Amino acid sequence: MSLKKFDFIKHRNKFFVLSIAIVIIGIISLFVFRLNLGIDFSSGTRVDIMGNKPLSINQIEQKFKELGYNPERPVLSGNKHNIATVRINKDLNQNEVAKIKDTFKKELGIDPNVSTVSPQVGRDMAKNAFWAVVIASIAMIIYITIRFEFLQGLAAIIALLHDAFFIVTIFSLFHLEVNVEFIAAVLTIIGYSINDTIVTFDRIRENIKRSEKKPKTFMEYGEIVNRSIRQTLVRSINTVVTVLLPVIALLIFGSESIRNFTIALFVGLIAGVYSSIFIASPLWAVWKSSYLKRKRKKAAQPQA
Amino acid sequence: MVKKGRIASFFIICMILAVIIGFTFKPILHNLRLGLDLKGGFEVLYQVEPLKKGEKITDKTMQSTVSAINKRVDALGVSEPDISIQNGHRIDVQLPGVKDQAKARKLLSTTANLSFRDVNDKLMLDGSDLEPGKAKVAFDQMNKPIVTLKLKDANKFGKITNKLSKLPPPDNKLVIWLDYKKGDSYKKEAAKQKPKFISDPAVNQELDTNDVQITGNFTMDEAKTLAELLNAGALPVKMKEIYSTSVGAQFGQHSMQETVFAGIIGIAAIFLFMLLFYRFGGFIAIVSLCIYIYLTLAIFIGLQAVLTLQGIAALILGVGMAVDANIITLERIKDEIRSGKSILSAYRAGNRRSFWTIFDANITTIIAAAVMFVLGTSEVKGFAIMLIVSIIVSFITSVYGSRLLLSLWVKSKALNNKPGLFGVKKGDISELEKI
Repeated sequence: MSLKKFDFIKHRNKFFVLSIAIVIIGIISLFVFRLNLGIDFSSGTRVDIMGNKPLSINQIEQKFKELGYNPERPVLSGNKHNIATVRINKDLNQNEVAKIKDTFKKELGIDPNVSTVSPQVGRDMAKNAFWAVVIASIAMIIYITIRFEFLQGLAAIIALLHDAFFIVTIFSLFHLEVNVEFIAAVLTIIGYSINDTIVTFDRIRENIKRSEKKPKTFMEYGEIVNRSIRQTLVRSINTVVTVLLPVIALLIFGSESIRNFTIALFVGLIAGVYSSIFIASPLWAVWKSSYLKRKRKKAAQPQA
Repeated sequence: MVKKGRIASFFIICMILAVIIGFTFKPILHNLRLGLDLKGGFEVLYQVEPLKKGEKITDKTMQSTVSAINKRVDALGVSEPDISIQNGHRIDVQLPGVKDQAKARKLLSTTANLSFRDVNDKLMLDGSDLEPGKAKVAFDQMNKPIVTLKLKDANKFGKITNKLSKLPPPDNKLVIWLDYKKGDSYKKEAAKQKPKFISDPAVNQELDTNDVQITGNFTMDEAKTLAELLNAGALPVKMKEIYSTSVGAQFGQHSMQETVFAGIIGIAAIFLFMLLFYRFGGFIAIVSLCIYIYLTLAIFIGLQAVLTLQGIAALILGVGMAVDANIITLERIKDEIRSGKSILSAYRAGNRRSFWTIFDANITTIIAAAVMFVLGTSEVKGFAIMLIVSIIVSFITSVYGSRLLLSLWVKSKALNNKPGLFGVKKGDISELEKI
């Protein structure tokens, strides 16, 4: 495997630049395309209609007009285009919901799904989601600082926020809907992607302990990081492959209702394995050696 | 010398496990609680507001509201309702598997304050004058459904009817309202085709009784609903829907079939991958993964947690994560074999060195899952519980289960000098250290 001989430290800047470029694209995309926020984080009504036969957009639109709504253009999904999703910008009351359900049940024989979210709840959910990511990140930094060291915790969190932001970027670029499940997927990736990083850090810790003299320079740290990444490389790739297998199966065969959830997982897993190999450990090597250099300088100055 | 006893005990353990799993899996699955996204049903989050402006909502009012809702839900006959009070005066009601969703939602949110008023809308009697739990559906002479009530005090009713009967018609009416709102007026409503009040019987004589009948042109269903509402008691508050999801039953079934199918394919793919890459080690990993799936489901059901679509995804994902622990260990063992150690000492060193790696990696995922559990909505919570359970179980089965099974083979010496069984090529073994 050529990756086994790859010098991760030597080429680190290429990957740093690549990641920074992706982050910049993400920021631009957020300004230009925004996020396609589902009703969970804004407000309104979402109706999922399923039929036994393929549905036509016009037919669905017509029905909603008859009911007195002017929804956004319905989106068809499902293998046979037999599922239509319709969004209405108002949170309907229970009588209106009952009427929609009745109408389509009579029309198609299948009871549709209807969700409504009021603006108040939408705001609360967005706030909760934000805090969930912040709290989870802080808790993990603390844990890694205790078990490893602060600089590794910081590098791990940078890698992990990079992964989370990568998912956000993809969702913004492709205009995929962001809902509560999306947050669950991001949190899962945060928890999972840090696994990879920790396994590598763990190997670095072990290799430092085993080495005859304590590493001091960037080159020495770089050598250890390179060796550790290579040693854990097969494991990192195999693990991500085994987790990707069921995620791909869910993408292809799974329910339409969790499609965006699995897309987020898929994107996040790939970003996760990339960042733990090419970003987290090289970043730490750069920080650690420059921190030691500064420390040595400080120690040297008073004597001079 | 190969110790056959150890290999025999491996097969005996496997057989015992297979029998236990085979016999208990179905009954365990039978107790699985399905979430409303798999079963159909609805969830509504209500904002609780006082009936009159300025009134304060205390914990006590919240509690009595929940108990009134509980009684109403009982009347619906839903098997696994979930009603909980949430921060900020909110009540979350989940009714998976409920048949008539529209009726259920109406039944839940009606305040159900019954009042008897005169034609000028002056209050004569209200819900507090009723004997609780005595509302019934009966039939009048025309065989039309009516609702009968019992009052606490026959005297009070006598006095009221006495007063009303002395008034000249059409002012001698006793108007019965459900959820009378300020501003509602009998005189305005009476002129409409579909008045808001339930009925307005004329009173011609004093009635010294505590039995009251409401004849309101009901259908059978309407009469039943009214009786149920009156028996469950009025809500002490107003409830506004601020969030709701409703899932059609077929929709739920459809999602479940698709997801379970995808899961089986995904898990089969993992098994195949493990066999190809780790050979014998992979086989042991598969055995422990089967135990993992069984235990995770059993514990999940034991916790009475509700399986949602995301829960299934978490279980499938969990298999991937459980595999990770096996991969870390097996990779470590491979490393040690390559460095020239014997199978037994490679097994020992591999286990020792991989333990803390697996431990640290799992704790961080649990941290993320715990945050999701605390801050998440019900669907996310289901996902988080499944994730936490699966991480703990995968830690136990992949670390201790796989090791136990593998140790039986390693110690039997049947694997000695067969690095190929772990997926290591003989040529890759470092000759220098091989003494």
